[in-house]
Amino acid sequence: MTELSGSLLLFLLTAASLVAIGVYGFIIGPEPLRRILALNIISAGIFMLMVVLAYRTSGSGATELAADPVLQALVLTGLVVAVSATAFALALLARLEQSSSEMSAPLQLKQTEPEQ
Amino acid sequence: MSLLLFDTLLCGLLLALALASVLSRQLSHAVILYIAFGLLMAMAWARLAAPDLALAEAAIGAGLTGALCFTALARQGQLALSPVVSWQQRCWPALFVLVTLSGLLLALLQIPASPGPLPALVLQELAGSGVSHPVTAVLLNFRSWDTLLELLVLLLALLGTLQVAPAPVRQNSWALSRSWSQLLAPLIILLAGYVLWAGASQPGGAFQAGALLAAGAVVLKLNKQLNWLAWRNIWVRFFAVAGLGVFVIAALAAWLLQGLAAEPVWLRWPPQLAKYIILLIETFATLAIAITLTLLVVAEQPDTPLSLETQDSAGGSDD
Repeated sequence: MTELSGSLLLFLLTAASLVAIGVYGFIIGPEPLRRILALNIISAGIFMLMVVLAYRTSGSGATELAADPVLQALVLTGLVVAVSATAFALALLARLEQSSSEMSAPLQLKQTEPEQ
Repeated sequence: MSLLLFDTLLCGLLLALALASVLSRQLSHAVILYIAFGLLMAMAWARLAAPDLALAEAAIGAGLTGALCFTALARQGQLALSPVVSWQQRCWPALFVLVTLSGLLLALLQIPASPGPLPALVLQELAGSGVSHPVTAVLLNFRSWDTLLELLVLLLALLGTLQVAPAPVRQNSWALSRSWSQLLAPLIILLAGYVLWAGASQPGGAFQAGALLAAGAVVLKLNKQLNWLAWRNIWVRFFAVAGLGVFVIAALAAWLLQGLAAEPVWLRWPPQLAKYIILLIETFATLAIAITLTLLVVAEQPDTPLSLETQDSAGGSDD
């Protein structure tokens, strides 16, 4: 199967569990804000998987390489993209709540109009 | 052995915090637990030999995301208990997730323990990249497409957020936090400059410096400082776009310079100029990332024709 060391296996397990917890929260979590948090937990799990894969290199002492810089650079890019996507999602959420609380009356009017 | 104990503790804490954040009855608890989770993630990155990620995560994952979520919480109004999810509603998703998790673990255990050829290739080509830190070399030389497109994603997210941004939450700031934040500002600028400069040879670089600057600017903005840092300021707009613009111009210039040689390749720096090109791009990218992240987090409704509010009603002015 695999000859990864104990610590790496532990982090691999944690990464998979984080993804699972995030998916569960995304399905369950009643509020939209909690669903956005759950999405961030999923992305944390995926990033952790990539960093563990990058760490594999330095785990084997024979080659004496540093951790894989390509995967780490990808995760660094991913972190910034994830936070900007979160900010956009939260802005959309705030807009949704604002307009659903303010414009509920006009919205109902619009819905009833075609029925006439 | 003690390292394994530390790892077990760290992983256990991470899982417990994530689970508690998902399951907690109150939304504010979920947000606070998530911020603690972000801080521990930074520690996990440091443990997994990724100090670049630890720096970025501490500023982004814990700092900026926390500020974002608290702003969203403040917009929710009164903090009510979440609606109760019944036992049956929890049961089926849990079963589904458990099946997915076991499949995921089966797939993950097939991963070979030896890495691919890429890390060795990076080390081999590092001398001609212009910097001596491998992660910076990958970000700004070997895979600069990613960074270029990432700056574009940031800009698009900012434009989208500015369009839909709702009215800002009015809040007062303490005199104490205002004076502390003023004390913090020069330190943040100094630290961000150091991190940017260190990125050539050590962990650090444009993203970490930009995130640090943004975190400091957000603290100041929340304390009603830095009023010039808003989308209506033409220089702020210029520098928010300049990160991408300088990158594209540098790529074009490098492409034209290479045109004299046999086969020009897009986004490949000439080795003797690479150091200066990377420094130029990183400086402007840092400013662009800092400004964009700050505006994304504070997300003030701009007083421009861009915002929906001004399109809907002509009187939607903001100070």
